[in-house]
Amino acid sequence: MAGVQVSNVSRSFGAHKALDDVSIDFADGGFYALLGPSGSGKTTLLRQIAGFDFPDTGRISIGGESVERVPVEKRRIGMVFQNYALFPNMSVADNVAFGLSVRGEAKAMIAAEVQRALDLVQLGKLGGRRPHQLSGGQRQRVALARAIVTKPRVLLLDEPLGALDKALRVDMQIELKRIQREIGITTIFVTHDQEEALTMSDRIGILRDGRLVQEGPPEEIYDRPKSEFAATFLGDANIFRGDSTGNGIRLPDGTAIAAGAGDRLAAGAKASCAVRPERIRIGIDAGALDGDANMLKGQVSKRIFAGNNSTYFVERAGQTLKVIVQNTGADRLAEGQDVVLRWSPESTVLIATS
Amino acid sequence: MATTRILEGLGRLYIFLLLAFLYLPIIIMALMSFNVSPFYQLPFEWTTEWYASLWQNDQLIAATWNSLEIAIITTLISVVLGSAASLALYRYEFRGKKVLQALLFPPIAIPWLITGTAMLIFFFGVGIGRGLFAILLGHVALALPYVIVVVSARLQTFAPELEEAARSLGANQWQVTMRVTLPWIMSGVIAGGLFAFAVSFDQFVVSYFLSTPGQTTLPVEIYAAIRKGFTPEINAVSTIIIVVSMALMLLTARFFKFGGEK
Repeated sequence: MAGVQVSNVSRSFGAHKALDDVSIDFADGGFYALLGPSGSGKTTLLRQIAGFDFPDTGRISIGGESVERVPVEKRRIGMVFQNYALFPNMSVADNVAFGLSVRGEAKAMIAAEVQRALDLVQLGKLGGRRPHQLSGGQRQRVALARAIVTKPRVLLLDEPLGALDKALRVDMQIELKRIQREIGITTIFVTHDQEEALTMSDRIGILRDGRLVQEGPPEEIYDRPKSEFAATFLGDANIFRGDSTGNGIRLPDGTAIAAGAGDRLAAGAKASCAVRPERIRIGIDAGALDGDANMLKGQVSKRIFAGNNSTYFVERAGQTLKVIVQNTGADRLAEGQDVVLRWSPESTVLIATS
Repeated sequence: MATTRILEGLGRLYIFLLLAFLYLPIIIMALMSFNVSPFYQLPFEWTTEWYASLWQNDQLIAATWNSLEIAIITTLISVVLGSAASLALYRYEFRGKKVLQALLFPPIAIPWLITGTAMLIFFFGVGIGRGLFAILLGHVALALPYVIVVVSARLQTFAPELEEAARSLGANQWQVTMRVTLPWIMSGVIAGGLFAFAVSFDQFVVSYFLSTPGQTTLPVEIYAAIRKGFTPEINAVSTIIIVVSMALMLLTARFFKFGGEK
């Protein structure tokens, strides 16, 4: 096992800057998600760490050893591909055995290790099958067993759950997390699914246009996004834009929005405030929602009932705000209703506009 | 209902006529190779005399062995070179790749008569001259594009992630090729090999240009024999070749089907 350090890595393909001065420290044994829209560079970064492609500039090290010019076959990594990439001409057991076999390990040792790996992914009895005889979830497990049987220093996963249906994906998320904990391997995981990134990883790195936008634990990124992009890409957010008052903003119509005590920006600069929809309380009169400093008035334009919660779309000064309310059995608000929104400064994040 | 039946009947008749058109001359020739009369006279009387005398015809036998040897060596060389070239074209990006790819296929369309003339002039120019070695070189050149076309077509269905997966597991280039890529394209390699064998074994025009009286192949020898005077031995040897060629073609068809299924 080993940590991975990516330092100032840049990579261009022609005029396109796929990675632009990216630095991330992947701690030993951690579960790391690289999250971003397509074209953000997350897969390019994973392929640099794997060794399929080399950076133009910058350094990559695995376990303290510089590897940015070491080809993939010498990096001792394990990789799970989006479409699994199982060898169709080999049985499940031979697929898993491949990495040990090309190293020239003894047959008995290979057989024992393959069985252990298959048991770990709960496919102990299917070693004799061919890949095309397996379901999508089973193929996924074989790909995982094949990647970890060689005891790689780091496990790389390229959208590994993308091809599975929703229910199976949730099962595999739990399973993948269990296996990762069991063997304690540093895992880097590329996804465009924010929910997957939130539920599975210890840390998330958000990429956009080849740059690392923000990185940290899921809670931190969700609660304290540093940019409008991070706020809206990971989860939903209401974004208010105005001029900084030092500890909040003033909207163009003069309404002040206060941010949390720790958020400070030079007064007068352009700035935004981000508020998560579930942090906003909604009601018919301001008195019933006493206590929170931030208050806006608006009109419900649409309500979507989703069982355990309802989403209200509230029109206010040309902007549509989103409010999510838990289903507590309280009165529901009708579309067209004039409403009051209130939320605390602590639920508000002040963001510098770049 | 009646019209359907008539249409079905017409369809069957069409297929029957088509097959008759393709196979009738060959069947008659095969039958005549077992007929006593050397002049295609009926009634048909069974004999294997012509096969026996074919066995005594040293020139034909020698030419047959030459043909087989050249066809087998041509197959081996063009399969190895052709598969390697297909892999290189598949894997690597290099300057002039598009031009090279485009230039690989016109030789299939150039008439063999012209290719043969060009080869004759060229081989004389560089001092190779005529003979079995020249024939072998010529056949390899003719067969290579076929192998590359067939193997490249098979490679189009190959998922590049498979090679990447093998490399990520620590396999070097040789191991990747032998254990992952080659098994996938094997059906194409075999089909390409059968093509190469057929191109060489059936080759007349180019062989004719490049052979010398002592060093010749079976098709050229048959042509020479017919010019001297037709004997039913030709029927006999032709029948043997047809059986062998058809068996090869059926095998090719089988491997192509395999390729499609995977």
